[in-house]
Amino acid sequence: MGSVASEFTKGLWKEIPPFRLVLGLCPTLAVTTSAENGLGMGAAVIFVLALSNVLISLVRSIIPKKVRIACFIAIAASLVVAVEMLMQAFAYPLYQQLGIFVPLIVVNCIILGRAEAFAAKNPPHLALADGLGMGIGFTLSLTFLGSLREIFGAGTWFGHSLFGPNYHPFSFLVQAPGAFVCLGIILAGMNFLSIWQAKRKGLELDPNFDAGCKGCMACKKMDEIAAQKRLERLGAKA
Amino acid sequence: MDIFLLFISAIFVNNILLAQYLGNCPYLGCSKEKSVAIGMGAAVLFVIVLATVITFLIQKYIMNPFHLGYLQTIIFILVIAALVQFVEMFLKKMVPPLYKSLGIYLPLITTNCAVLGVAILVQRKEFDLWTSFLYAIAASVGFLLAIVLMAGIRERFVVTRIPRSMQGVPSGLVMAGIMSLAFLAFKGMIA
Repeated sequence: MGSVASEFTKGLWKEIPPFRLVLGLCPTLAVTTSAENGLGMGAAVIFVLALSNVLISLVRSIIPKKVRIACFIAIAASLVVAVEMLMQAFAYPLYQQLGIFVPLIVVNCIILGRAEAFAAKNPPHLALADGLGMGIGFTLSLTFLGSLREIFGAGTWFGHSLFGPNYHPFSFLVQAPGAFVCLGIILAGMNFLSIWQAKRKGLELDPNFDAGCKGCMACKKMDEIAAQKRLERLGAKA
Repeated sequence: MDIFLLFISAIFVNNILLAQYLGNCPYLGCSKEKSVAIGMGAAVLFVIVLATVITFLIQKYIMNPFHLGYLQTIIFILVIAALVQFVEMFLKKMVPPLYKSLGIYLPLITTNCAVLGVAILVQRKEFDLWTSFLYAIAASVGFLLAIVLMAGIRERFVVTRIPRSMQGVPSGLVMAGIMSLAFLAFKGMIA
């Protein structure tokens, strides 16, 4: 287990979600129609993730292994309710913009994925560092993707017009297909970067390469089932 | 006619996966095999319909009279988690053949945002019980359709030469984008 600093910084680049560690895709795709929405969503996730990591890490030895997922969900849900109330009180327009994706933070795999993979195995101060790092990484990614889509899709950035009235926005980007394609291309770019780096330094590819969404246990399980079914199908053919 | 419109709009125009971005994790995780996609889609259909009806009743008869609306998120997710567990036990005991085909997917569904998403959506849209029920069916049929279509395409990806950096999730996402573009064309149907 690394130090506090290394746990914090890994979320900022080495394992930055969702570009490296593919976690929490639904909000990433849905709310990044503008930079402001991305930033707001990220802030909400930082709050929930950091606190849930600390709380889960504190009670990690009391929770029976069999009901741990339910406990994680209960802890995350109470924090999400708190965030909802805070947003209703202090950032109501943003709350309305984000719509159902605020309550859906509770099933965001970034929360459960980090709880399972990190907070349930590490002491609170490391869990806090991990939660903050991952949360800030997530916010940066969302703001970046949101900026990209807003600048080219609407010609504005944080609501300020950038290119003047003659700019004809590429509105494909702010619609649903744009989100998928944009994120896909960014992920491919990240993969390309790690292949290039590995080649230049003559090192092995880093283990997070092409990890897909195996950061959360549900997807990992699903991947295993798919692989097994594929083998069965190919076996039946042969 | 209204019912027909509701179905068309929930399946094609506002497809839950391609236009509302709910349930992307199972899409990327299990759309590599058609049989897995069908199993997952069927399990999701079953759970979404059940969860929507039950959370609707809880909202109407327990939460509204006692003004517990602010606890919606926590109550809904706990109900869904308990429900999934219960359905799993019930199927295991009472309907073993069904359990055999859907059982492995059930534990993975609790954290599927499509389930909680639809339960909250019908509350925000203020549907009545019957409309919520129909909407839940339509939305999950849309999910099933999207996930099976994409699994069919992604099965081909395995035997295709794709650049190393596009393999896996990136190509899946770009493909979803193109599929979503195709579904966007249905928008003209309902003006």
